[in-house]
Amino acid sequence: MSSKATNNPENHLLNYTLHLADSCLIMGHRLSEWTGHGPMLEQDIAISNIALDLIGQARNFYQYAAEISNSNSEKEKKITEDDLAYLRDAADFKNLLITELPNGDWAKTIGKIFFFSLWQFYFYQKLIYSADKQLAAIAEKSLKEATYHVKWSSDWVIRLGDGTEESKNRMQRSISDLWPYTGEMFVPAAFESDFKNRVCIDVTSIRNDWTKKVKEVLQEATTDFPDEKTWMQSGGKNGIHTEHLGFILAEMQFMQRAYPGLEW
Amino acid sequence: MNDGGADIVNNGSKEETIKRIWEILRSVNDPEIPVLSVIDLGIIRNIKIEGDMVQVLITPTYSGCPAMDFIGMNIRKALLKNGFEKTNIKHVLSPAWTTDWMTEEAKEKLKSYGIAPPVSKTFDKNYLTNLPVQCPHCHSLNTNLISQFGSTACKAIYQCNDCGEPFDYFKCH
Repeated sequence: MSSKATNNPENHLLNYTLHLADSCLIMGHRLSEWTGHGPMLEQDIAISNIALDLIGQARNFYQYAAEISNSNSEKEKKITEDDLAYLRDAADFKNLLITELPNGDWAKTIGKIFFFSLWQFYFYQKLIYSADKQLAAIAEKSLKEATYHVKWSSDWVIRLGDGTEESKNRMQRSISDLWPYTGEMFVPAAFESDFKNRVCIDVTSIRNDWTKKVKEVLQEATTDFPDEKTWMQSGGKNGIHTEHLGFILAEMQFMQRAYPGLEW
Repeated sequence: MNDGGADIVNNGSKEETIKRIWEILRSVNDPEIPVLSVIDLGIIRNIKIEGDMVQVLITPTYSGCPAMDFIGMNIRKALLKNGFEKTNIKHVLSPAWTTDWMTEEAKEKLKSYGIAPPVSKTFDKNYLTNLPVQCPHCHSLNTNLISQFGSTACKAIYQCNDCGEPFDYFKCH
């Protein structure tokens, strides 16, 4: 898959859409790793449903990205959502780093879902007013699902944090380990810096609401709020990823790459 | 069976044909909840006829709902069976599908099927807090939420404290 087609720095709309699509896909894929391995049947089903919602959102964004890419390209062969998901390499992916981190224990996964879905919640709330009609429509659809994800994961943060000594330790550890990956959510990449065009949102503007809600939930969970001055990891939006993404893609993309054009 | 030629509107006006198509689509059911048709669910947004092509606009329920592709196929099959050879199914994301579009009859059908229907309108901010859900078996309101997520994206799992039976709840969305 030509890197130029999808990594064209001029095409901010395409990169923005890919950033949103990739974040949903990688998060959804990671969560699907729990399917069949959940601690209890209902939670196995719940986390699989959340993964499914996210992959559905990813599809909506990828379909739009394919449309954008095809309209800008003179090539005869049109790309599809599947090309974007299965044939791009790690350096082309623009997902938030937090989505590619290993699931760890249940508390670690809950922490990831909590931070990520809360970001999506405030993000989509603003994106529904985007000047780009399709992004606004996808946001409107996805916001409802993100709302449920936030509710479910907050309940779990509280359940674990305000639970036994063991569950509290694990939830605390989860929050501290994930904290350095949250800063990236509110630092705009080049493709989302021009928010005056009203297509993309100003990610710096959702930080306060996000932080306030995190503090609320952690307080009820009787867990400590991390040091806000922690040094934050970054690079995901620009294709600079942790060592984990390569392994995720190797597994996720293997079939398509080994048997190009494979269909069910 | 029509010859698939230029004009399928041969029995009556365009409006009548469109009405006929709405009736045909009443037979297309949700594969997971077969008591509900796609009309009951409010999935069909609009039907248009352009020449010999029928255009059906549908709204996906949940982003990742795997039944949507299947439903699209069934719509095509139902129309084909009735002589409409050229069908174009278009997904419209906005306005976003909401359970508010479900008809009252649809909710009654759900109840008799054993699934508790959505309790409120989504513009009611409390729809996410746990409003009392009625047990579809014994009709008690003494029920509790087991999980926000059930066997499909649209359902949650509840249990009745009176009759002890578990049941699915169709979430407000």
